[in-house]
Amino acid sequence: MSRPLAALFMRDLRLAVRVGGGAMTGIVFFLAVVTIVPFGVGPDMNLLARIGPAILWIGALLATLLGLDRLFQADADDGSLDLLMMGQTPLPLVVLAKAAAHWIATGLPLVIAAPVLGLLVNVPPEALGVVALTLAVGTPALSLIGAVGAALAVSLRRGGLLMAILVLPLTIPVLIFGVAATTAGIVGPLPFGQPFVVLLALSLFACVLGPVAAAAALRFGLE
Amino acid sequence: MFRLVATDLTCRRGGRTVFHGLSFAASGGEAVQVTGPNGSGKSSLLRLIAGLVPADEGTVALEGGDPEAAIGEQAHYCGHQDAFKPSLTVAENLDFWTAFLGGGGEVRPALARLGLDHLADLPAGYLSAGQRRRLALARLLTAKRPLWLLDEPTAALDAASQKLLAAIMAEHVAAGGVLLAATHMPLGIAARELALGAAP
Repeated sequence: MSRPLAALFMRDLRLAVRVGGGAMTGIVFFLAVVTIVPFGVGPDMNLLARIGPAILWIGALLATLLGLDRLFQADADDGSLDLLMMGQTPLPLVVLAKAAAHWIATGLPLVIAAPVLGLLVNVPPEALGVVALTLAVGTPALSLIGAVGAALAVSLRRGGLLMAILVLPLTIPVLIFGVAATTAGIVGPLPFGQPFVVLLALSLFACVLGPVAAAAALRFGLE
Repeated sequence: MFRLVATDLTCRRGGRTVFHGLSFAASGGEAVQVTGPNGSGKSSLLRLIAGLVPADEGTVALEGGDPEAAIGEQAHYCGHQDAFKPSLTVAENLDFWTAFLGGGGEVRPALARLGLDHLADLPAGYLSAGQRRRLALARLLTAKRPLWLLDEPTAALDAASQKLLAAIMAEHVAAGGVLLAATHMPLGIAARELALGAAP
């Protein structure tokens, strides 16, 4: 069972980094959002430090969702989805493998870039690790929740806009606890542990429920 | 004995009845050519057997197959779309499907048989329509499955490739496999005809 999944995972990673893949789009968008905000907010270093974690998280959220509607649509367009559903591999695991490849290609670069971009929004140097850690724990949830929306978008032609409307509300808890954990880790006074553990729980929850829900949506979309 | 049995199949698409009360059976070693005018439900029938479209009424069963596995998991489906990624090379595409579909076949000999070995390292996006079709057919050789569902397999193929396809299909049937092909063209092998009615 693992060989088909490994093959699918590697194929999606290859596609993401080849020409026309989506891996670079997310990171460039993230870069654009985070570098633009300090110009808009103005040279108030204290304000910037206070909203810095939120900017990084909002940037990461939008960058993850950008292009996520293609997760299954690209396979549906060229007929690959039919064959993916005809494999011996259970469909939820297929979804999980695709979401994992999506996270490695778009989520992980954000985690790696966040400490560098954190300097631009005046996040204290000792807190850069905290930002990266919360993003590393929280962004998988975004990929997995987004997979559900992407699966629904397949059955609705041109469902990209609808996907954003469906998925954004579901990602708000992740955003709230991600920013709360980051802020707690930087300035306190609340303990870092509590929101971080909830964030972790959200990711694990999405890891179990997301693939099952997305697989159900894909089956429902059969026509 | 390996046998595909369809009983009283009804398929509705978008509120329109495509076919109704369709029953047939095909045993191992038999080729069935599904014919009928446009819109008579040839493609729908193949997708329905593959499990890609739910049947509105009726059942499809595979006797003598793996009772644990769905029919789709024991079938090859070659639809109108070739399911290849243009940015991956020919060999990478076929490697992936061979691994995903659980085939143990060698990729290079299959490509050579279909005359694509010199293109193995070319991105699939540069292939012509006929070459893409041949690449899709290469999947049939690298992953062994007892039931083949081919939708217009001869489309875009030149005369030599059609002969090759006929030989590949004949081998599959001779090995005890079941073949269902929806096409207007002569298949090139002995096949029983299953004629679907005119579109209502």
